[in-house]
Order: sequence, then C-alpha cells, then structure tokens
Amino acid sequence: MPKTDNEKGYVEIVNGRYKPRGVFHIPEANQPIFNKDTGKLAGITNPRDMTYIHSYGGEAIFFESLSKGKLIASQCNNEKCESCKSIFMPFRIFCPDCLRKNKAFDLTSIAKKTAKIHSFIITYRSGAFNTLKLPIKFINVEFDGVCTILMSYLSYGDPKIGMRVVPIFKTKNPTYTIIDLSFVPEGTAESNLPEGFTF
Amino acid sequence: MIKFSDKQLKIPHLSRPVYLVTAGMSKFDRAFPETRTEELTIQAFTAASDFLKMTPADLKKYIHTCYYGHFADHFGDQLLGESVIHDRLGLDPLGNIGVKTGGATGGSTLWEAVKAVASGYSDCTLAMGWERMDEVPTDEGNHLIAAAADKDWETPLGHIYTGYYAVMAQRYWKIFGKEEDSFRDTMAEIAVKNRGYARMNPHAQGPMKITIDDVKNSPIVAYPLRALDCCLMSVGAACCIVADEKTAYELTPNPLRVWVGAGSHTLRVADRRNMEIPLLPNETPEMYKNFGEKYPGGDRYPGFTGFLAARIAAYYAYNMTGVVNPVEDLDVIELHDAFTISDIQTYEDIGLRPYGQGREYIESGDAYLKDPKTGKRGKLPSNLCGGLIGCMHAVGATGLMQVAEVAYHLWNRWDEIHEPKEKWKAFGREKPSDWESLQVPGAKRGLAISHAGVGSHVTASILMHPDHLLKEE
Repeated sequence: MPKTDNEKGYVEIVNGRYKPRGVFHIPEANQPIFNKDTGKLAGITNPRDMTYIHSYGGEAIFFESLSKGKLIASQCNNEKCESCKSIFMPFRIFCPDCLRKNKAFDLTSIAKKTAKIHSFIITYRSGAFNTLKLPIKFINVEFDGVCTILMSYLSYGDPKIGMRVVPIFKTKNPTYTIIDLSFVPEGTAESNLPEGFTF
Repeated sequence: MIKFSDKQLKIPHLSRPVYLVTAGMSKFDRAFPETRTEELTIQAFTAASDFLKMTPADLKKYIHTCYYGHFADHFGDQLLGESVIHDRLGLDPLGNIGVKTGGATGGSTLWEAVKAVASGYSDCTLAMGWERMDEVPTDEGNHLIAAAADKDWETPLGHIYTGYYAVMAQRYWKIFGKEEDSFRDTMAEIAVKNRGYARMNPHAQGPMKITIDDVKNSPIVAYPLRALDCCLMSVGAACCIVADEKTAYELTPNPLRVWVGAGSHTLRVADRRNMEIPLLPNETPEMYKNFGEKYPGGDRYPGFTGFLAARIAAYYAYNMTGVVNPVEDLDVIELHDAFTISDIQTYEDIGLRPYGQGREYIESGDAYLKDPKTGKRGKLPSNLCGGLIGCMHAVGATGLMQVAEVAYHLWNRWDEIHEPKEKWKAFGREKPSDWESLQVPGAKRGLAISHAGVGSHVTASILMHPDHLLKEE
C-alpha cells in the first residue's frame, strides 16, 4: 500500500538517540498459496514493509559532500605506515594497514582531470528498489594517484575502457547515497546531464 | 594487506589427520513449492547414511558437533535457520554453529568441520549446507543477493549483483581474451561441456545438449556474458561427514583424507590495491616478467582479472598436501563455474595454467574426461557433475556438493550415485537414453573450489586416497 507524503517515515537524532516519526510499515494480510492442480494448500505469502535505519558513521562526510559537488577521498598520513600517503577511493575511515584514522582528501579536481574508465558493463536488469534508469551503464573509474578503483555509473554516452570521464553530482534534491555521484564523458554539455545533476 | 608476512604465509597444519567418511545430497531444482528445507536436508543426510549402509539414527550416534552452511537468512525471513534444521535433524543437544561466506559457504562449512576434528574437539562432525532462493519474487531476490555487495557503495547501484561481477568479465575479456572470436568460443565450450555432463546427473537442475552457437546466441545478460554462460539459481541441500582416523575406519573401510585451505579479499571488486603475484609451487617469478607488455593492461594484480582469495586458498591447500602441479598431481576437480569467464579466471588463480593462459586448459582437452575433438582422455577433468552451470548453485550447499562429487570418483562409486533408474524416476527426471558413466578411472586425488561472489572468500578442499598421499607427515 503506497504511503502519502504525510505518512512517510523520517528519522532524526535527538540527544544521541534515533527518533523515528511517521509511518514505517503498513501490515498486509498473508495470502494462502494453493496448488492449482491438486487444490491443496502449499504455503502462504509473508508480505513485509521494512525500513532499516543505517549510520554512515565516519563515511558521512563523503555522502554529504556529494550534495555539495565534492568528491572526498581519504588518505593515510601515518609516516610509520607502509601505506603512508595512499589515497583511498572508496573513502576508508581507517587505513587498512595501520588502522590509524585517515584524513579527508578532496579528490574533486584530480577526478575532473584524470578520471578514466577501467572497466564497464551494461545491464538491462535490476533488483527491487532500484532507482536508476535502465539500462544501467556500470563503470569502474581510475584516478591518478589513487590506489583503488571506484564503482559508479555513466549517465550519458557509451562507455569504453580507457575513456576519460568527469564526475557529476546530484546537488539538487540529493538522495545522500552513492547514486548522487555519476560520471559523463569528458566534454559532455551541461544540458545533457540528468535532472538535478551538476558538474 | 598488499604485503604478507611470513607468519601469514605459514602453511596450515592439521594437528591430526582428518577423513571424509561419507557425503550426500538432495535433488536440486529452481523451486520446491511443496517441500520444506528440512525435507531437503534430511534427504541429503539420509543419502549420506545410505552410502555407508547405515540408518540415519545409527550415523547420528557418531556425530559430536555440527556446522551449517546457509548463506541467505533474509531470503527465508528466518534467523537461526540453522537451529531449525538442527532440531529437525534430531541432533540436539550437540553444539552447532552457522557459517556464512556467500558462494563459498559450503566450502567454509567443511573448513570449520575439518578443523574441529583436527583440533581434537570432536571425533566426528557434520557439515551440512542448503539454500532456499525460491521464496521471494525474482526482483526482490536480486536485491537480496545484491545486499551481499557493499550496501553504501555498490548495492544502491541497480540492486543487481551481476553488474558488480560482470565488470571483471569485461576486463578479462578485453585484456586476456583480446575480444577474439576464438576466446568467445572457448567460453561457450565450458557451458556446452558442463551442461552436457549434467545430463548424466539425476540431481542436476540444468542439463542441456547444446552447441557453442546455442550459447553464443542465447540472450545477453551483461555483455559479454549470455544466459547460457551463467550458473543456475537453485534450491537443495548437501552434506559431508568428517572424522578422525579411528572413527573413520569404524564407519567405513574406505575413508578419504581431507584438507581445506581458505583465502579472502575485499568484497568491493574495484577496491583492490596492486600487489605482486603470490606464487604457487609450480610457478616462478620469471613467468610473470614483462607481463604488462605481453598483455597490455594486465599488469595490475589482482586487478579485475584475478581472484586473490582463490590464489591464497590454493597456496595454503597445495602446500599442506604436497601438490606441486595440480594438473599432474590431481585426477579430478570441481570448480566454481559461476560464469564461463570466471571459470577461466580460476584456472589461472589455482595454477592449472599461468595467468593469462587459462583458456588453454579447455582448448588442450585437459578439462574433459574424454576430449570430444580428439577422443583422448583429459589430464584433469573438471565439473563432471555439471558444475554450477549445469548441476546447481544452491549457495550454502554448493561447496559440499562439489566435495561429494569429487569423493564419489575417488571412492570409485560415481555410478552408484548417478546411474540408478529408480533415482531418476524418484526425482521425476528422464534418464537419457545415451547415459554414460563419467567415473574417472583410477582417481586417487581431487580438488574442489568454493568461491564467493566477486572473490571475498574462497576455499580449496583437497581429497586424497590415504594410500596415495603426496607428502609425508
């Protein structure tokens, strides 16, 4: 059963605790499953309408920065670590080697100048709850000086390995999820960006 | 980590020998709308006791602890599903624990069961695995599988796991396959082989008599992968029972030695740092000199083209058991052929061929029981049960089914499991008029690879006839 805007569930943090308000789940009746050939009862449906409340923790800066047009990586600055100066994208809160807290590193300008496609795949199928337009053009993006590769999607044009791409950000009505970040081929006109996205 | 310490590369040691005494499996199918999971696990357990010519009740008297592989609780809306099965198998009050490592769950479950015996905690353990993926609509199933990717960085991208996996196939296809028609044919040949072998297996869900063109003309799932390049989605159960030497010989005159090695790597496929290739016993650093020149774009290891977890699992397992050249030292192998192209990648990770040359394992005929082109016997037949492409991929059961299938060859009892017309009939399946035995003659040693998704977990289980060990202990 669809929810109205007034019925949607929201969560805030007050005094360090989650405070949910609104409607989070609407009970639906179970339905019996009969074998049409034998007429016998085989089972029952168990509809569920669940909401998970999830903390981004130390990665929140990454997801919030997308809404401001920034791509924030992280960097190990522990000079005693064999991975010192390694830049991580996906953002890692802690260095995977020394387990010291990484520093935020603004990768936006490097991404605009050096991002290119490492691999890609186009899929015409999706799972439940998908909000991306089909077909989805998955791309994996390399950045100069970054020791890892980032999974994302191409919003315009056709992907090729080695293609230069630039990041775009959903700065209008952001979802605060990874889908607020996308890429387009270098040289794409702003008029070809999907709704809500900016360079 | 991108560098490994000597302590991390220590060869694992079992404190006492461990033996596989029996194994069993249920029928596998896409859905069992009128069968509960416990019925499938009891079918598998009963098959294991039948194999020893014992009653289930008598076999249960030997079991001391239980290890249950069941990956996807959320598919069944039932937490502690392991406890449900444990209760229905009538094994309370024995200690039990659930194991979840994605597609490698079956292999990991055996890993735990073996260690419990090796340590002396138990003399006999049950490793039972199952999966139930038919009880949600397909799009919700796709979402639930995609939840095995990173929920913040990947899952919101389409909620479709294939997308996270197929980028590796694309990269391998371009760098090592060079987008050649001949490579595409070799990929298709794997699907033809495995679905063809599945025709001789009454447990198998996806037997097909097909051609390379059939595979190449099947619908695109995610280019270059087509529908017939992909594994099945299945429901079913499988189990293995392992024991110490004394108990094993009480149960059977023919137990097999068993070892399991395990490795891991990030579940975010893109989030892999570069490192040197860890070498297997049959490799030298010289083999990979100038690798990037030979395969432009292939100099990033493991990059998207190798599975570090499989390489490390093989490293531990081979060195534990004395395997130097797997093609020469082993007689039969079961691989995790989730996709035709990932099967080729695994040939390289586990040293059947050097990196970049995996296709040659198929093209040489080594992967066949009998090479259809030459009629010659292959050196190391793979996936004679049909594999994940032809037999099943009931996630928690898969790795255990693979070990069972290898064991049936080593016990020289493969026909007994796959031939009886009564079983074909009981499973509602028609036995092919051209049914033939796929028993590997004289098989003494085998390997099964159990693999999770984009390579987050991999186990390598090695079985050997006790009179044909490779390493003195």
